[in-house]
Amino acid sequence: MTHSVIKLTTTLEDHRIAQLAAAAIGLALIDAAIPLPLPGVKPGLSNIVTLIVLARYGWGTAAWVCGLRVIAGGLLLGQFLSPGFFMSLTGAMLSLFVLAFAIHLPRRWFGPVSWSILAAFAHIGGQLLLARLWLIPHNGLFYLVPLFASAALAFGIINGLIAARLLAELPATDTEASR
Amino acid sequence: MRWLALFRPGDWLVAILGMTFCVASFPLAWQGGAAEKVVIKRGGDVFAELDLSRNRQIEVPGPLGITTVAVEKRRVRVVSDPGPHQYCVRQGWLERAGEIAICAPNQVSVQIMGGKEAYDSLSY
Repeated sequence: MTHSVIKLTTTLEDHRIAQLAAAAIGLALIDAAIPLPLPGVKPGLSNIVTLIVLARYGWGTAAWVCGLRVIAGGLLLGQFLSPGFFMSLTGAMLSLFVLAFAIHLPRRWFGPVSWSILAAFAHIGGQLLLARLWLIPHNGLFYLVPLFASAALAFGIINGLIAARLLAELPATDTEASR
Repeated sequence: MRWLALFRPGDWLVAILGMTFCVASFPLAWQGGAAEKVVIKRGGDVFAELDLSRNRQIEVPGPLGITTVAVEKRRVRVVSDPGPHQYCVRQGWLERAGEIAICAPNQVSVQIMGGKEAYDSLSY
């Protein structure tokens, strides 16, 4: 018998994405365990990781980490390809889309808190849109907009502050210093 | 405050804009035009316009007597009518935009108006 060995060569970047995605997935699991009164209202703790990655390594890495978190998080929570998964995916895609623009705001004036708030609104906006088009095709859904928007603002600010603080306290590593 | 120091000037702006949106969304979503209405007419003139989302009972005086109309759980019906055939009472609950109940002898009509009406009028 001959062994056939498939070896994937991984770069440093791959390792970094995997590590950060693992952190994000861990936070996503904690997120799912926190009981909250209204379905759809979640702290979105794993977005702290997305924000930090965005600030340190740029949008591409952040998109990888976020995408892996959505898929692996969905698998771990047993909701892969379920409506909840697609809600999560839509929210993640829309917030990444908005973040792509948000990072070009002047850094002196706009920091992770701004990104976080904007992404949180994009997230809930996308989810409401998908829910309206697919899951609950009734305008009654929009009665909940104020609650969702308030939750998005509150958690957006909190996550943004945590990300900003971690960024301020964790020293930049040399890989990014070269950026 | 250490946490407040993490806010950059623009962050305040974004947070305030977000808060404005939240505050503005409450009246928009909860009182806005999304709510459907019931129009009650007597003798061809509008007697009352009721909000379908608020349960209510209203008495409409006509030539024969009093017609009672009730709104409940986003539906409306004629509860009682002095007319001889009771067609409008037997019609039961109206739920969709465009549906109408007409109590002809007492000259009272009850119609649901909605944002998007699929039919000009519906009666059975």
